Amino acid sequence: MEKKKTTRKQKVQKDYARQKMVFFGTLVLLLLLAAAFAPYLAPYDPYEQDLANALKPPGAAHLLGTDRYGRDMLSRVIVGAQTTIFSALSLVAIVTAIGSAVGVFCGYRGGRLDAVLMRASDVFLAFPGMVFAIAVASVMSGGVMNAALALACISWPKYARIARSQTMAIKNAPYIAAAKLSGSGPFKIIFRHVAPNIAGPIAVTAVLDIGTMIMEIAGLSFLGLGAAPPTAEWGSMMSNGRSMLQTSPWVILAPGCAIFLTVILFNLAGDTVRDLLDPRSR
Amino acid sequence: MKKYIAKRFLQLIPILLGITFLSFLLTNAGASDVISLMESNTGTVMPKEQKERLRQEMGLDKPLVERYVIWLGGVLTGDMGESFVSKKPVFSTFLSKLPATVCLAGTSVLLTVALSVPLGILAAVRQNRFTDYLIRFLSFIGNSMPNFFVSLLLIYFFSLKLRLLPVMGSASGGKTVILPTLTLALAMASKYTRQVRAATLEELNKDYVQGARARGVGERRILYFSVLKSAMLTIVTLLALSIGSLLGGTAIVESIFMWDGVGKMAVDAIAMRDYPVIQAYVIWMAAIYVCVNLATDILYRYLDPRIRLGGEGF
Repeated sequence: MEKKKTTRKQKVQKDYARQKMVFFGTLVLLLLLAAAFAPYLAPYDPYEQDLANALKPPGAAHLLGTDRYGRDMLSRVIVGAQTTIFSALSLVAIVTAIGSAVGVFCGYRGGRLDAVLMRASDVFLAFPGMVFAIAVASVMSGGVMNAALALACISWPKYARIARSQTMAIKNAPYIAAAKLSGSGPFKIIFRHVAPNIAGPIAVTAVLDIGTMIMEIAGLSFLGLGAAPPTAEWGSMMSNGRSMLQTSPWVILAPGCAIFLTVILFNLAGDTVRDLLDPRSR
Repeated sequence: MKKYIAKRFLQLIPILLGITFLSFLLTNAGASDVISLMESNTGTVMPKEQKERLRQEMGLDKPLVERYVIWLGGVLTGDMGESFVSKKPVFSTFLSKLPATVCLAGTSVLLTVALSVPLGILAAVRQNRFTDYLIRFLSFIGNSMPNFFVSLLLIYFFSLKLRLLPVMGSASGGKTVILPTLTLALAMASKYTRQVRAATLEELNKDYVQGARARGVGERRILYFSVLKSAMLTIVTLLALSIGSLLGGTAIVESIFMWDGVGKMAVDAIAMRDYPVIQAYVIWMAAIYVCVNLATDILYRYLDPRIRLGGEGF
C-alpha cells in the first residue's frame, strides 16, 4: 500500500481526537470505578427500608430523596450502576466475541457452513430487535442476566456480518498469502494477521453499542423482564416509581438521569473512538 | 426488475420459515409445559389423567417437528390457537389491536419527517456553525434518552404540571395520541436528523452543485431542485425501513400510555405467560418487518435509475 502523506489539518484533527479520547476515557474509567466500588460509595444501605422517611424529597440527609420504602435514592442509583453498566458491558463483550468469531470463521472458511450460519443470521436479523428480545426474556424466568442473554440472541448477527465482510475483504491480501507460504497454520493466520486488521471497525461498533445496550437492558427491566423489584437497577427503579410520578418525581428523575448521563458518556466516548480508528466515516 | 422481485420473494420463504420455527421453538421447547401453565393460570389443580387427556387433545405428545408442521398450517390459515387467559382466538385479537399500533406508528413517522427533514437540511446548510451545533447537540441528547424516560418526562410536564394533554387510553378523542407520538418521534427524529444532514452534505459536495454554482444558479434553487431531490432517495429508504422497526418498538411506549395496540397486548400477555399471544405478536411483527423491508428494497430500486438500469443482478 502506498504511504499516505498526512496533511497538517489531519494531524491536528487526530491530536484533537486523541485529547478527547483521553478526556472521555478518564470519565468512563471513573464511572466504571464508581460502579465497581458502589457499595463503598453509597452513603446508605440501598436495600434498608425506613418507612418513617418514605418519599422524602431531596434534602441534606438524602441528596436525591427516598423512595416509597424510605430507601435512599442516591445509594440505589449508585449501586444500580453496577447492575446496569456491568450487565451491558458483559453483554457487549460476549456478543462481540461470539459474533466476530462466527464472522471470521465464515469469512475465512466459506463453504456450506458459512452459508448455513449466514442464513441463520438472516433469520435473526429479520426480527425487529426489541420484539424478539421481549419474547426470549418472557420465556426465560427474568433476571438481569436473562435479559442480557435475550439481547445477545438478537445482537450477534450484526457483529458476524461485519467480521465476515472484513475478513473476506482481506483474505486474499498479499500478506495473508505470504503468511500461508511461510507455513503459518489457519489459527496463526487468523489470530496474528486477520484479527488485528479487522479489529478496528468491530471495536467501533462495539463501543457505540454500549449505550444502546444500557438503554435496552433498562427497557427490559422497565417492562419487568429484567431485574426483579428489590434489586437496585435503573430500569426497574423507574418502573416501580411510575405511580408516584405526580407526587414524588425524584423517584423517576434520579434513575432516569443516571441512564441518560451514562448513555451520553458512552456515546461520546464511542464517537471519539470512531474518529480515532476510522476517520473516514465522519 | 420482475426477475429481481421474483428472486426476492423466493428468498423470503426460508426467512419466514426460520422466523416461524424459531418462534415455535421459543415457546415450545421452554422448561415450563403448557398444561402446567394453564393449570397455574386458572388456579385449579387438574388431576393427572385430565392433564394427559388434554395433552393428547392438544397434540402435545407428538414429536416437535410434527407439531411444528401442524401448527404452521394453523398459522397460514389464520388459526393460531386461543389465548390461555381470555380463551379468545389469538389471531382475531391481534388483528383487532393492530390498527391502533399502525395509527400510532403512522403519526410518529409523519412527525419524524416533519422534524428531521427540515432540521437535517438546515444543519447541513449551516455546517459547522451555531445552528448546526445546536441541532447536532439536540439530536445527540434525543439519541441518549431511553423512550420510557422520555414518555415519563412528557407525562410529567404536559399532563401533570401543565395539564394540557390527557395521558392514557386510545379511546377518548384524538388528543391522547399526541404524547406517545411525540415520544416515538423524538427518538427517531434525533436519529434521522443526523442521517438527513449527512445525505444532504454528501450531495452538496458533489461536482454538479459546484457546476450549478459556477453557472450562477441561486443557492436556494440548487438546494430545493437538485440536492433535495437526490437526498430524498436516502431519506425515503430510511423512513420506510424505520416503519418496520417502529411497529416492533412501540411495546414500551404503548404500555406506558395504555395505548390499546399489539405492543401493549404483548406486554400484558408476558405478565400472564400467555404464550399463544406472545407467539402471534412475534411472528406477525417479524413478518410485517420483513415485508416492509422487502417493499423498501424494491421501491428503492424502482426510484433510483442508476440501480434500475444498471442490470438485473445484485
